[in-house]
Amino acid sequence: MLEIRDLHVSIAGKEILKGVSLTVRDGEVHALMGQNGAGKSTLSNVIVGHPSYEVTQGSITFNGKDLLGMNPEERAHEGIFLSFQQPVEIPGVSMVNFMRAAMNAKRKYQGLEPMAAAEFLKLMREKRKIVELDNKLANRSVNEGFSGGEKKRNEIFQMAMLEPTLSILDETDSGLDVDALRIVAEGFNKLRTPQTSALVITHYQRLLDYLKPDVVHVLIGGQIVKTAGPELALQIEERGFDWIREEAGL
Amino acid sequence: MNAEQQYIDLYSQQRELIARRSAPIMNALRDEAFECFRQAGFPSRKVERYRYTDVAAAFAPDYGLNLSRLHIPVNPYDVFHCDVPNLSTSLYFVVNDQFHEQAQPKASLPEGVQVMSLLRAAQEFPELVGKYYGTQARARKDAVNALNTMLAQDGLFVYVPRGRAVERPIQVVNILRADVDLMVNRRLLVILEQGAQAKLLFCDHAIDDRKFLATQVSEVFVGENAHLELYELEETHAQTSRFSNMYVSQQAYSSAVIDSITLQNGLSRNRTDVSLCGEYSEVTLYGGVIADGQQRVDNNTLIDHRAACCQSRELYKYVLDGQAVGAFAGRVLVREGAQKSVSQETNANLCASRQARMYSQPMLEIYADDVKCSHGSTVGQLDEAALFYMRQRGIPEAEARLLLKFAFMGQVLDGIPMSSLRDRLHYLVEKRFRGGLGKCGGCQNALNCER
Repeated sequence: MLEIRDLHVSIAGKEILKGVSLTVRDGEVHALMGQNGAGKSTLSNVIVGHPSYEVTQGSITFNGKDLLGMNPEERAHEGIFLSFQQPVEIPGVSMVNFMRAAMNAKRKYQGLEPMAAAEFLKLMREKRKIVELDNKLANRSVNEGFSGGEKKRNEIFQMAMLEPTLSILDETDSGLDVDALRIVAEGFNKLRTPQTSALVITHYQRLLDYLKPDVVHVLIGGQIVKTAGPELALQIEERGFDWIREEAGL
Repeated sequence: MNAEQQYIDLYSQQRELIARRSAPIMNALRDEAFECFRQAGFPSRKVERYRYTDVAAAFAPDYGLNLSRLHIPVNPYDVFHCDVPNLSTSLYFVVNDQFHEQAQPKASLPEGVQVMSLLRAAQEFPELVGKYYGTQARARKDAVNALNTMLAQDGLFVYVPRGRAVERPIQVVNILRADVDLMVNRRLLVILEQGAQAKLLFCDHAIDDRKFLATQVSEVFVGENAHLELYELEETHAQTSRFSNMYVSQQAYSSAVIDSITLQNGLSRNRTDVSLCGEYSEVTLYGGVIADGQQRVDNNTLIDHRAACCQSRELYKYVLDGQAVGAFAGRVLVREGAQKSVSQETNANLCASRQARMYSQPMLEIYADDVKCSHGSTVGQLDEAALFYMRQRGIPEAEARLLLKFAFMGQVLDGIPMSSLRDRLHYLVEKRFRGGLGKCGGCQNALNCER
């Protein structure tokens, strides 16, 4: 599904990613771990096409298509979704209008007619339940006045609406209490199918307890230095990153 | 020849014709206005209140005037196609400066309420008109007042007698219509007596592909405990220059909402002066400007707290794109003795292109010591983080920009008390941002239809 080959990325002339290669197949959940500044968020931003990052070398293909040639909205339409580390507040744009614009843009891309208003609102109601998102929140402006936990739930709600095939969760667990984490993680799991994959960026094991990754990668200094099974996350939880650093001779 | 000379010549040569086709009350002030204009001329940009608009340049071209009051054939209903019947108003038309007698609403107004030609009012109610006309818009205060007072021959008169409430909004469609480039001098007199209530909606349109220069001087009197909502919506075209001076005086316990929306124009200079003369009076001033291309919009306001315990609120928002230039200068003056005044002034602006320019100047002048006043101003660009967030969800960049601009302007519209108008303006603003409003488009954007 997602194929990253020898990716080098700079921001403002400084190289952040120094040759990252990664393959995510249909149905797989990959965890990406690493300390602050390792380049995890850079990788997720580059996959979704954030304009601040410059790809100097390498390639990313998604279902065989060259992703780097697409603008952010095309990538979204192709089925890539980023759950933001810090979801943006957009005062004055209601959740309903926002979701409808996103939904209908995707349908247009797929050659479908816009969704009828009644059908759309019904869908919103159904999907809201997955993350127990209050109706009041759905009627407000996008993320405006939402608590940290509500913002993250709102991200998963949007994921439920847009049904992406590849979801990137960028520290979706940060700032969540135990209950909110459970709601978000269970919500995410309800949305999984054999065709959907995920790349989960996290510092902690507790989210992975729910999501049960197939593969765990460790990113240090802009390179993936270790890839292993789910047991690696547990080892990191116990021992930190230093041993991996030593093992890699860094 | 300087810009003033053609108006000096015009008045010197045509003063009899102008007077013959007007009313004695209006004529009585002409010569004095002419003297003021001759002495002061057009204000230069060194004059504080005209810093952002080159008045002389706007008045320099040679426009025709309809001083002999030739009937300009037009059927307002032909040019004014309505598409939203849900706002039910009493609809009137003013073509250039002439009240259209043929097109009158079917529904009658409450007893004693008058909506008519100012010229006719000056003949039928000379005492009433004489008592108010020219008392706020002094010729020596302002060149546009002077010019309008010396040249205006007609306009509109709205009168709501004591204690009367006009439930149905009064909508006046001002149509600029001509086969040659035309200057129009229009005069408005609005009187709400003690305890009266009314909602007025003015829609400015230009239907011909001609250059128009319109001066409009409005004098609005809000009596004790009276309530007024006054909305102005400009949807003219790039060839239209508008100079509007509106003076509002409010007596004790009165309240007013004054709302000015510029959706489409060429050059607009709107001066709005509100005097809170009686204690416990309240005013809310809203302004919304959407401009792109070469549009210029200059709003200049003064809220004068003359009495104690009055409240004023002011919110102006601009969204500028292309090479548009916006200006906002808002002065709040709290006079000595105007204790317990509460005033809040906000001007927020969005420059969506690199070439768009905004000049913002909030001013607060306080001579009383027990007041609560604030003022603030912002100029910014679209939020890049929000844009990217929306694009990641698949919303195309152009659509995302539009949603953000629309959201920004929403705050001005949300404060409008009249819900049907608010909904309609949301629709019009969105349409404007989508480029769906033509240069007037034959008034199909109007708010009402009685037929």
